[in-house]
Amino acid sequence: MSTATVRQERKPSAGGVNRTFLWIEIKRMLRNRRTIMFTVFMPAVFFFIFGLSNKDKLLPNGHSYGQYILISLTVYAAMTAATGAGSQVAVERAQGWSRQLRLTPLLPGAYIAVKAMAALTLSLVAVVAQFIIGALAGVTMDAGTWLTAGLAAWLGSLVFAALGLFVGYLMPSQNVMQILGPVLAILAMLGGLFMPIEIMGETFGNIAKFTPAYGIGQLARSPITGEFDWAWTVNVFTWLAIFVAGAAMAFRRDTKRV
Amino acid sequence: MTTASVPAVHAAGLHKSFGTGKSFGKVHAVRGLDLTVQPGEVVAFLGPNGAGKTTTIDMILGLSAPDQGSVSIFGHTPRGAIARGQVAAVMQTGGLLRDISVRETVQLNAAMFDSSRPVDEVLARAGILEIADRKVEKCSGGQQQRLRFAMALVSDPGLLILDEPTTGMDVAGRRDFWTAIRTDAQRGRTVIFATHYLDEADAYADRIVLVRQGSIVADGTAAQIKNLASGRTVKASLPAADRGLLAGMPPAESVDYDGGRLTVRTGDSDAVVRFLLNNTGAHDVEVTANNLEEAFVALTGDDAVPGSTQDTFEGDLV
Repeated sequence: MSTATVRQERKPSAGGVNRTFLWIEIKRMLRNRRTIMFTVFMPAVFFFIFGLSNKDKLLPNGHSYGQYILISLTVYAAMTAATGAGSQVAVERAQGWSRQLRLTPLLPGAYIAVKAMAALTLSLVAVVAQFIIGALAGVTMDAGTWLTAGLAAWLGSLVFAALGLFVGYLMPSQNVMQILGPVLAILAMLGGLFMPIEIMGETFGNIAKFTPAYGIGQLARSPITGEFDWAWTVNVFTWLAIFVAGAAMAFRRDTKRV
Repeated sequence: MTTASVPAVHAAGLHKSFGTGKSFGKVHAVRGLDLTVQPGEVVAFLGPNGAGKTTTIDMILGLSAPDQGSVSIFGHTPRGAIARGQVAAVMQTGGLLRDISVRETVQLNAAMFDSSRPVDEVLARAGILEIADRKVEKCSGGQQQRLRFAMALVSDPGLLILDEPTTGMDVAGRRDFWTAIRTDAQRGRTVIFATHYLDEADAYADRIVLVRQGSIVADGTAAQIKNLASGRTVKASLPAADRGLLAGMPPAESVDYDGGRLTVRTGDSDAVVRFLLNNTGAHDVEVTANNLEEAFVALTGDDAVPGSTQDTFEGDLV
């Protein structure tokens, strides 16, 4: 027996969040052309189609069309980015990467935390890109409005990062975003991101108030509407809790089965 | 073997079933498996597909929990050993991200451990330093397998487990892969590899553990397994009236007579043939050599009766 096999007792590794992991995750997302298309290119195209020609007009509710549509589409871009990033766990499960990670000291919580941080990075890119496009197209807002709207869109995207993780752990699909894409479009519509919910009619308008994009959209637009309602915050945190609980449940089920 | 050393692997009474019996019935994949591997051993876990090799490896690694029984690795739970970087595995498939480079994959794996070997050193030892910047999806099956090997080396584990590592590789790929593993094992690492290739078990293991239907049917050094299979089988047609003459035949491992046909398993086929031709009316004599493959088939084949094979061979081997 060789002496090389005699090993002194080692300490367990912490298995926490680490910079290399986070950095490679972010690089992976930014290199993914499809992700960039969903998070930067598509919302930009929507803005040019729906926002640009009307940017100086006023909405029926009296607000600037350009500001309203830019902020709304920024929320949409951020939520798509975060959902897409979170749902990548489906791809990683399909490729056996999650299983491989279980052969390392990495703690499951740290994996989720890195995924959430990476999702927030991508949604920040989406927010900044959308604002730059809007500003270049001539939408003007005061600094406080840019900042408040941007922060609401960015931090609100955490709700959708959790949704992405939830669905990513639930579904075996490699193409989970092909299913989530249309779902997000519907949620964005119901949340008043594509048109003000006032013009949806009463029934839809009432349903809309309970959908997950609504609260974030209302909060992000509050600097231009000058309104605030605690119900919007409740909406955001309720959906965050629902999706986080769903993700945790699906994650536990997944690790049990593997 | 020193008794003071903590075993690299100690698995006792492992049982694992799949399915809840609703529609597919219960598959009892592992039934009462005991295995102790000492540090420095290179052990082949040899058995046909479906013998329970992967299920056992998953339990050793803590990827699935046994229904009964326990596993310790260097005296720790599987999870504890993983956290300490004492065990690593090369899985059969999967476990790689396609969209990052070979080097990034190893960097990522290394980042999970508080201390790890330098990335380039590990890539060099796995023989993939020159393709370090290649995307994983552009690597051949053999290169991906060596990447899995490189990932397994980052924590410098005392125990390396390989699950059918050369499945789907061509001959040259298999040879290169095993050269890398062998070179590494010479440094004193404990290696357990599952395989259904006899020649791999024969060429690379110090000890062969034969598994069949979820339990161990033979366990010994490659040489012992070969001894078991050494010798020859002599077959001849023999008139029933001559059966009494066989009492004078040189000693043999086994003698069977069925339907006018005599089958003798012996270590000295020349003496048996000489006796049969000189002293009996035997004719149509055939002599065939037993080989490792025959022993493997005899021990692990589906028609082998559990228990009976174990009774026959365990005494010789364990």
